[in-house]
Amino acid sequence: MRPDFHPFVIPFCAGMAFVLGYCFFGMIHILFQLPRRDRRHFLLSLVNPKTAWKNIRDIFLNCLIHVKLWKRNPLLGYMHSSIAFGWFMLILLGHVEVLLFAPGHLSKFYYPIFFNFFVAKSEETIGGAVLFFLMDFFLLVVLSGITLAIIKRVRSLWFGMRRTTRPSVLDMIGLYSLWAIFPLRLLAEGFTAHISGGSFLIIPLNWIVRGFLGNEVNMVPTWWAYSIALGVFMAVLPFTRYMHIPSEMLLIPFRNAGLCIRHPRKGFAKIQVLSCPGCGVCIDACPMSAKKANIKDTTVYLNRQIRRRNEKRIEEISDKCMMCGKCTALCQVGVDGPLIRQAQRSMRKYAVEKDYSAAVSPTPVEKAEVAYFAGCMTQLTPGISRAVESLLKKAGVEYAFIDREGGLCCGRPLMMSGRIKEARELMQKTKESILASGCKTLLLSCPICYRVFREEYELEGIEVIHHSVYFYNLVKEGRLKPTRSDIHFVYHDPCELGRGSGIYEEPRKLLRTSCYLVEAAKNREESVCCSGSLGSLTLGFADRKELTEAALRNLTSDIPDAIATACPLCRSTFRRYSDIPVSDIAEVIDSRT
Amino acid sequence: MTDFGFTRAKSSTVNLDEVDTSLYRKMLQVEPDVKRCMECGSCSAVCTAAPLSGMSVRKVIHALERGVDIAPMLSGCMLCGKCTMVCPRGINTRHLILSLERYYKEEEKA
Ligand code: SF4
Ligand code: SF4
Ligand code: SF4
Ligand code: SF4
Repeated sequence: MRPDFHPFVIPFCAGMAFVLGYCFFGMIHILFQLPRRDRRHFLLSLVNPKTAWKNIRDIFLNCLIHVKLWKRNPLLGYMHSSIAFGWFMLILLGHVEVLLFAPGHLSKFYYPIFFNFFVAKSEETIGGAVLFFLMDFFLLVVLSGITLAIIKRVRSLWFGMRRTTRPSVLDMIGLYSLWAIFPLRLLAEGFTAHISGGSFLIIPLNWIVRGFLGNEVNMVPTWWAYSIALGVFMAVLPFTRYMHIPSEMLLIPFRNAGLCIRHPRKGFAKIQVLSCPGCGVCIDACPMSAKKANIKDTTVYLNRQIRRRNEKRIEEISDKCMMCGKCTALCQVGVDGPLIRQAQRSMRKYAVEKDYSAAVSPTPVEKAEVAYFAGCMTQLTPGISRAVESLLKKAGVEYAFIDREGGLCCGRPLMMSGRIKEARELMQKTKESILASGCKTLLLSCPICYRVFREEYELEGIEVIHHSVYFYNLVKEGRLKPTRSDIHFVYHDPCELGRGSGIYEEPRKLLRTSCYLVEAAKNREESVCCSGSLGSLTLGFADRKELTEAALRNLTSDIPDAIATACPLCRSTFRRYSDIPVSDIAEVIDSRT
Repeated sequence: MTDFGFTRAKSSTVNLDEVDTSLYRKMLQVEPDVKRCMECGSCSAVCTAAPLSGMSVRKVIHALERGVDIAPMLSGCMLCGKCTMVCPRGINTRHLILSLERYYKEEEKA
């Protein structure tokens, strides 16, 4: 039997104790930042078997296997899962080994990690050949992942990444120590393999190193080096992007419990920020990054500045975003950049009080089952409301036009500006006029309105429907009969309709009834915001031009004859700079019916 | 006095030496594009809040230059963005409104 303690384990133990303590206290701190109701809700969700199972499954699939990354780019997926899952298996199998061959030492938490140093090959351990094989196998898997990681630093394009972030000094220390851990482990186990036993990887290595270097002198220093690499990695982990590893394990149960962001720096938002590994996927995703000056305003930089507590930059970044939601859709961790920003905006104090008490919500004279609410943006594009009315008449639908003579705003722009209280006040007013119409179906031609009516208004007994879906249903029922032209349209997914409300297919099916459809280079959840969005507070007219042009380039990659969209704001914005005609889906269908 | 059915308007003379234009100067700093406003009135024509509080971006800019209180007008703005959409000079009117609301009191105190 070999000794069961050696001073070289100290760096590892110290690092491990530090990181465990840090994470434990951090977790308690964040739990106490949650409002009491949320905290209760969260704790209860942990004991609910359904959520508990979902938590375990999600943690396994996302933190270890990284399924979302696989979908994005298999090489990137393999790199992450080989390191995460391989390492996890090494730790797990290490414990199994101790349990089987040295059960008395299970309480020493360094034992499974340095098993090969402490346990000599004996009759019993030779029986564990399968385990030894698996240990070597997973070590090889991790090493392949590390190799890919090193290649990725030089050739990120192979991994489908155009731009990534520049790591900080501490990140670099974490990175290099992480890279060092596994080759050192391989070497250390190689030096001891003639004593501890091993399998296809470390036994041959042992022959080589023994032949060239001689074991006894090198053995202990390499184990020291391995332990130090582990210790350094653990010690810097909380201050680097690798903090995402423990954070994500808390983020997933938070999300499964259905918590919302209530404060831009605390609780749920905080854990989202910490869970961001700075992969930079959101840089390429963000439509603002079409202009180089905006790259530093993407979500990854928001997270970084929040971690650094750089108030000035946090404000700037929060105000610029167009709230298109694309970064959230593509982020494999699920950091909700726009909502963190909205919470940040809502912290601001305004000196002018809003007062909507005198606002008169319009009530339609006609009473009908179907009420049409055009909203502000459609009022600026009367072509759309005309087409909607014309289609309704053609289909023989009785309807009431709520805001024909002008109305109130739906409240979504106020919400996105972070003025939640004022938005609620205004929504109450608008809600009154919807209820006064006595309708059963509320028809909307603006996705901005559609989203907020669906999410915030609680209109019981009223079906809220977007016109693209409504008209598609009418076509299906045979009440509208569009004829087909040979024009090739490309369909632009408006942010609030696609990513915001999950409606991708109905508008496409509807368009196909009256024209040919081609797809944009990036479409559906990857659709590029038209950049006319009301989400951004600070982007000016000139800043947006370049972004809209980039969005148009994306749309017209397949050389369509015309552009169709389902949002009055996208239509107006694209019309400014497009060389080909831009129409709303209602106008397209109306012209063919 | 005989009631003619109308009266004389109050004098709208503004003594520019006496008015406080600090908020106006602040606005120029935050949203310098305001200087490009040509007072076309498009923003007023489309404004959702016009019937509610007499809101009009054009008037707000005007009022600020003359040191007239703008809070009553602003109080009705719903940030709907129509004015930004129609402004032929590309002024970010929503940012202008938000900044004014933010710095309003601060400047008044100063
Ligand atoms: S926010 Fe998401 S996509 Fe962006 S860097 Fe972080 S993890 Fe990657
Ligand atoms: S919401 Fe859209 S504009 Fe804002 S950071 Fe994300 S991708 Fe960029
Ligand atoms: S944003 Fe305000 S000022 Fe501009 S049109 Fe809307 S309500 Fe009027
Ligand atoms: S629309 Fe623009 S240019 Fe015209 S008055 Fe309003 S702010 Fe001035």
